[in-house]
Amino acid sequence: MALRDSPLWHLTMARLRSWLREPEVLFWSFGFPILLTIALGVAFRNRPPEAVTVLVEAGSGAESVAKALANDKQLTVLTVDHREAARQLRAGLAALSVDPGPPLTVRHDPTRPEARLAKLLVDNAIERSQGRRDVAAIANQTVDEPGARYVDFLVPGLIGMNLMQSGMWGVGYAIVEMRSKRLLRRMIATPMRKSDFLLSFLIMRLVFLLVELPVVLGTARLLFDVRIQGSLVAFVAVAVAGALAFVGLGLLVASRAKTTQAASGLMNLVQMPMFVGSGVFFSIKNFPEVAQPVLRLLPLTALNDGLRAVQNEGADLLGVLPQLAVLGGIGVVTLVLAVRIFRWD
Amino acid sequence: MDLAIDVEGLHKTWPPEVHAVRGLDLAVQSGECFGLLGPNGAGKTTTIEILEGLVTPSAGRVRVLGRDWAHDADAIRQRIGITLQHTYLSERLTVAEILAMFQSFYHSARAVDEVLAQVSLHEKRDSWFDRLSGGQKQRVAVACALVGDPELLFLDEPTTGLDPQSRRQLWDVIADFKARGRTVLLTTHYMDEAERLCDRVAIVDHGQVIALGRPRDLIAEHVGGIVLNLTTDQPVAIERLQAVATASRTRVDGCQAHLTVENLAAAVPSLLTELGQAGIVLQEMQTHQPTLEDVFVTLTGRHLRD
Ligand SMILES: Nc1ncnc2c1ncn2[C@@H]1O[C@H](COP(=O)(O)OP(=O)(O)OP(=O)(O)O)[C@@H](O)[C@H]1O
Ligand SMILES: [Mg+2]
Repeated sequence: MALRDSPLWHLTMARLRSWLREPEVLFWSFGFPILLTIALGVAFRNRPPEAVTVLVEAGSGAESVAKALANDKQLTVLTVDHREAARQLRAGLAALSVDPGPPLTVRHDPTRPEARLAKLLVDNAIERSQGRRDVAAIANQTVDEPGARYVDFLVPGLIGMNLMQSGMWGVGYAIVEMRSKRLLRRMIATPMRKSDFLLSFLIMRLVFLLVELPVVLGTARLLFDVRIQGSLVAFVAVAVAGALAFVGLGLLVASRAKTTQAASGLMNLVQMPMFVGSGVFFSIKNFPEVAQPVLRLLPLTALNDGLRAVQNEGADLLGVLPQLAVLGGIGVVTLVLAVRIFRWD
Repeated sequence: MDLAIDVEGLHKTWPPEVHAVRGLDLAVQSGECFGLLGPNGAGKTTTIEILEGLVTPSAGRVRVLGRDWAHDADAIRQRIGITLQHTYLSERLTVAEILAMFQSFYHSARAVDEVLAQVSLHEKRDSWFDRLSGGQKQRVAVACALVGDPELLFLDEPTTGLDPQSRRQLWDVIADFKARGRTVLLTTHYMDEAERLCDRVAIVDHGQVIALGRPRDLIAEHVGGIVLNLTTDQPVAIERLQAVATASRTRVDGCQAHLTVENLAAAVPSLLTELGQAGIVLQEMQTHQPTLEDVFVTLTGRHLRD
């Protein structure tokens, strides 16, 4: 039988067409991750370090001290009276205050890192203004390597999140809708092979990947010069394993739900912990040590970790084996379970 | 002659305790168009869906095309076509795409365009399903049933919601199908449809067959004569109706009265005399040839459709 006459072809095309003909779905699949990449990439782009606010107490000599300090661009200098300076220091509005003296006195709280930094800068600025010469020439190089910026962290997270969302909704919601409208029942009254039907969802997700990856990666590359440092094969392998895991989860969630409301509830219940705990927007290292082994078993964590390892740390296939194992395992287990308990009407 | 459908002692209890089908027997010959008639909730859909392999019976023996659902499900599915009582198909697919998909499931299938022409949907072949009218959707459902070139067609209320012209078109489709020696089992609420299309009908009530036979024979056996429906200004005593010449099957329902008469020419003068003697004014009178509806009323005292 020619491929184009096969049931699997027709079922897959039906899935793809239903998906492509829904403009909202297209937006959530592609527009949304791109917009989010742009918005967050811009919001968190690397900026020069913020200036530290220091105070100069009014009095004789205040003007020359303020002038000396103002030479350092890393300092914001304000001249205020003694009482105001004390208030601002207490309130943490300024890092340090200088009493021009004599004797010239610096007041600060050395337990605050910002205050210690301010102290160094102020000492340096005043000594220089009084004629100190640098004894060693130190060359300066700023580090702003692709791979180490927030946007590099973000893009794999967004791809992962999008694979989860569009996978679970695209599979789960579609199936429950077909069940609640009794379309599933109409389908199984035909000689259609049930495996073909379920397989068509998996193929649909892989086609989706084929479109999503270039679109999101291309945008990130163009706008923020985000590059994949490691092997492209490994990157795609992790994404495919992730798609598989979320097709499985989507099928499982949809395997018995009778109404789309029930399915939505379940879907949110499954996704919520991963939104929070899978390191989409910030690293899971922020969570307590004990929670981390558990978090690493979440499919989205494995997916994000794997994508990041390849993209930012240059990992190859071997390097992402643990993530591939977690994702593949979850995919296979959920698929088998879903097929076993699947309800067709 | 071999049986396309053979059912004995069929029972279905829906949870928690709805006895939708209670001991139903059915034998449909190959090449026959057979109708299931009955009021809402009689168990028609439940029965037909058991025959389609979509619902498991609680008890009873079911054979479809000489096979068993338990052993030959795939073989049966290859040879039947169905429409459900309510059909939803993928909203964002075109009519032709839907049919091509259904077609791909069958070993021997008909050409999509040929089937579309048969249900007069050719102009809509490239329209999305959700852009069709209710009647057009219904015809797509029938096309999906036909595209697998089935030997046995199950149609659950195929013409409900169709305009008169589409109904007649569908009747032609069914008649064609039958003319090729194939079998149809349909349910309907339209008596004219059943009388016109069906070789035999089973009247189903409370999950049982209460009458079975050719429409004509059922009418002759259970009703006969001509049916008179009267509206009067006050209730008529039933004895007055029984006294009408050639009257049988009299029934009074408030200011409505019903009777069947053998001889209209003799009955009408006699009826007017009876009413005149009782001082009752006749406000309206209808006569009609009895239908299967009258058979149902005679058998159950209720109407098929309320
Ligand atoms: N899935 C179900 N679960 C529970 N009860 C059901 C189910 N399907 C049908 N029933 C009940 O079984 C009885 C028969 O329903 P069925 O749909 O077979 O009637 P029908 O003759 O097709 O009626 P209609 O003319 O309204 O289509 C009804 O009382 C109905 O409420
Ligand atoms: Mg019904």
